[in-house]
Amino acid sequence: MSTLVAPSLSPAAEKLRERLAASPAGGNANVVDADLPVVETSPESWPAVARLLRDDPDLRYDLFLDLLGVDNLSRKGQPTRFEAVAYLHSLPRNEHVRVKIRLPDSREPSLPTVTDVYPAADWYEREAYDLFGFDFPGHPNLHRILCHDAFVGHALRKDYAPGQRWYCAESDLRIPDWARETDERAGHFETQTLSIGPAHPATHGIIHVLARIDGERIVRAETMIGYLHRCFEKMSEKQHWNQVVPYTDRLNYVSAMINGVGYVRTVEKMLGIEVPDRGRLVRTILSEFSRIMDHCVCIGANLVDIGALTNFTYLYQNRENIYGLIEACCGARLTVSYVRVGGLSIDVPEDFVPRCRRLLEWIPEFLRDVDKLVTNNRIVRNRLQGTGVVTKEQAIAWGLTGPMLRSSGVAYDVRRARPYDFYDRFDWEVPIAQDGDNFARYLVRMEEMRQSLSIIRQALDIFPEKGPVNSDDWHVVLPPKDAVYHDMESLIYHFKLVMEGIRVPAGERYEWIEGANGELGFHAISDGRGGPYRLKVRPPCFPSMAAFEKMIVGGTVSDMIATLGTLNIIAGELDR
Amino acid sequence: MASPSSPALPAVGGRQSSGGAGTDFLTTRLEPVVAWARKNSLWPYPFATACCGIEFMSVAAPHYDIARFGSEVIRFSPRQADLLIVAGTVTDKLAPVLRRIYDEMPEPKWVISMGVCASSGGFYRAYHVTQGIDEIIPVDVYVPGCPPTPEQLIFAVMELQKKIASGEASRDRRSARYAAERQK
Repeated sequence: MSTLVAPSLSPAAEKLRERLAASPAGGNANVVDADLPVVETSPESWPAVARLLRDDPDLRYDLFLDLLGVDNLSRKGQPTRFEAVAYLHSLPRNEHVRVKIRLPDSREPSLPTVTDVYPAADWYEREAYDLFGFDFPGHPNLHRILCHDAFVGHALRKDYAPGQRWYCAESDLRIPDWARETDERAGHFETQTLSIGPAHPATHGIIHVLARIDGERIVRAETMIGYLHRCFEKMSEKQHWNQVVPYTDRLNYVSAMINGVGYVRTVEKMLGIEVPDRGRLVRTILSEFSRIMDHCVCIGANLVDIGALTNFTYLYQNRENIYGLIEACCGARLTVSYVRVGGLSIDVPEDFVPRCRRLLEWIPEFLRDVDKLVTNNRIVRNRLQGTGVVTKEQAIAWGLTGPMLRSSGVAYDVRRARPYDFYDRFDWEVPIAQDGDNFARYLVRMEEMRQSLSIIRQALDIFPEKGPVNSDDWHVVLPPKDAVYHDMESLIYHFKLVMEGIRVPAGERYEWIEGANGELGFHAISDGRGGPYRLKVRPPCFPSMAAFEKMIVGGTVSDMIATLGTLNIIAGELDR
Repeated sequence: MASPSSPALPAVGGRQSSGGAGTDFLTTRLEPVVAWARKNSLWPYPFATACCGIEFMSVAAPHYDIARFGSEVIRFSPRQADLLIVAGTVTDKLAPVLRRIYDEMPEPKWVISMGVCASSGGFYRAYHVTQGIDEIIPVDVYVPGCPPTPEQLIFAVMELQKKIASGEASRDRRSARYAAERQK
C-alpha cells in the first residue's frame, strides 16, 4: 500500500515527488503529505536519497536538523518495529522535510551512516545507537554518547524499564584510544593530552573535553557529554501531556519559558486548538524576556571566563529584575511551568504591563553599561576577535542554528522564516554578522537583546487589558474552579482531564520555534492515549557542541575557553 | 574584643577590661574557637550541574550576596574548599566524578545537597539518574526545592554554621555504595 500516492499533494510535496522520481537514487522513495512533506525510504537507499535532497538544485536541503529513532512495539498499525526519522531544512527555499526510514525487523536494526553527506549527523547517529541500538555501518566513532559506558541495553526501547539503572565506576568512563597513546616526533616536544572537565569552572556545567596539545596549540580534541542525561524523553512517555511541561522547563533552564511554549504549541497543533490573543501575547512577551536572560548569562559567563568579572554583575542584575516579573506571574523564578496546553496555568497579575514597562526602562541601562565596558575594550577584542571562527559553509554543514548560524552570515531565524504567534506583525530585524568568530557571536547576542526589547514594547502596545488567556475547550483546558464546584458537567471534564489527561488524536507532528540557542523543535507522537507515545526534542546546542571539537583544533587552550563560552552550552538541553 | 555574651563568639570565660590597668584575658576551649572561625569562612566548591547551578549563581551575585555569611570565596579546586555544594542532578555517569572530588577535599569538609535532584533524584526516577547523592557521599544539609530559592540556600548555609558551631561530628564518611566499591 505504500506506493499509493494521495491524489493531491501540497506544492512542496509534489515537487519532492517529481525530483525523486526523476533520479535513479530516489526511485523507490515515496512522498506523502502530513504536517510536513514526508519522504519514505528504505535503509539501503537512504544515503543516496540524502545526497539527492542536499544536492538537487531544486531541493537543496542543506541543513541537517535532527535524527531520531522510534520504537513501534506497542503502537498499532505500523509495518515495522523500528523506524528512523530525519529532519532537514532548506535554507534557500525555507522549507522543512521529514525523511522516514523504516528498518526491517531484525535483531540488530541498522541503517547506513550519512556522516559523509551531512557531517552534522555524527552525534545524532551516536544518540540513536545509544538509546535505540541502531547500528550505523560506516560511522567513524560509534560509541555511546548520552548513557555511561557500563550501561546495558537501549533505554528508549519500549521494553526497557524506565527505572533500570546500571552501576558505573570511574574506570568505566571511556577514554578514546588516541588519548591513551603518546605522540612523539623527532626533534619536537612530546605532545600532551589535557583533560578539561567534567567538573571545570569554564565548562559551565558538566562537559568533558579531551585535547591533545602540541605546545600551546590544540591538535586534536574530543568532547564527551551525557553527564546530565536525565532521561527527559523516557520520563515524558510516562506522563500526561500537561505533566510534561515541568520537564521541558528543565531542558534549557536558563530560558525555561521558551521550551514550554515550544512544547505546548506542538500539542496544540495536534489538537487543532487556538489560544486567545492575550494568552499568546503573554507567551511572546515572557519568551522574549527569557531570551534576554539567556543571552545575559551567556555573555556574562563568557566574559568572566576571559577575565572581565564586573560585567557579570551588571548582566545578572537583569536576570534578577526579570525574575521579579516571572515570579509575580507564576510563583517560580527559574523553572516556571507557566504554560499549559491551551493557554497558561493562571492569568497574569494586574500590574503586568507596568511591570514590563519598568523592565524596558531598566534593561537598556545595564546593556549600555556592558556595551561601554566591553565592545571597544581592547583586551576583550584581542581575546574574541578571530578566535573560534566558523565559516558560513561550516556552519551549515555542522547543522548550527540560532545565534551561531547568524553570526556566520546566514539570516535564518524561525521567528522570521516561519512566523508564529505575532512575530510577523512586529517590526524587528534579524541581526547577523559575517565574521563567524567569538566577537561576532557576542555582537549578535547583544543586538538580539535590543531587538527583543523592541518586540516586547510592540507586544505591550497591542496587549488587551481584559480577556481570556486560555482556550475554552474543556476537553483540553481545566474549567474554572467555580464551575467545577457548582456544575456537574464541568466537574466531569475536570475529573477526566486530571485522571486521564488530554486525548490527543493519534498521529505525529514536528513543530519548531526559535529558542535562545536556535531552532528548538519538538517531535511528538500520540497513540490516542492521555500522554505522549514518543517525544523527541531537537536541542539547539547539541550540534554546536558536536562542532566544538572541530572548531578548537589549531587554536590555543585559552581560545578554547573563550569559544566554549560563546557557544552557550546548556547541559540540560544538551544531554536532556 | 567582643563581650562574652556576644552570640558571634563561642562560650568564653574571663575578665572584662576595667579601664586600662591589668591584663585582659579570656578562657575557652580550643574547639569552639576553631569552629567559630570555620563556620564564618566556609569556602564553597560549587558542583553545579544543572538548573540549581543557575540559582547558585544568584546566591553568589550581588543581589543575594553570600559574602554576608563569609562564603563568597568560591573555589573551583576541591583542594582549596571545605564546603561542597552539590547543585543539580547527579547522574550515574557523573557519580564517580563527584566521589573523586569529595575525596580530594581536605578535612574538615561539609556537604550541602541543593535541590531535590541531588537529595533524592527528584522527579527523575529514571535509568540514568542517581537517586540522591547520599548513595555516594555523606550529606550534612539537604535543601528541598526545584530549584530552591536563594533564600533557602542561604538558610542551609546558616544551618550548617549552627551544626559546625555545635561541634557535632559529620556523618559516617562511608556510604553503602562507596564501601561496596572499596571492597572490590
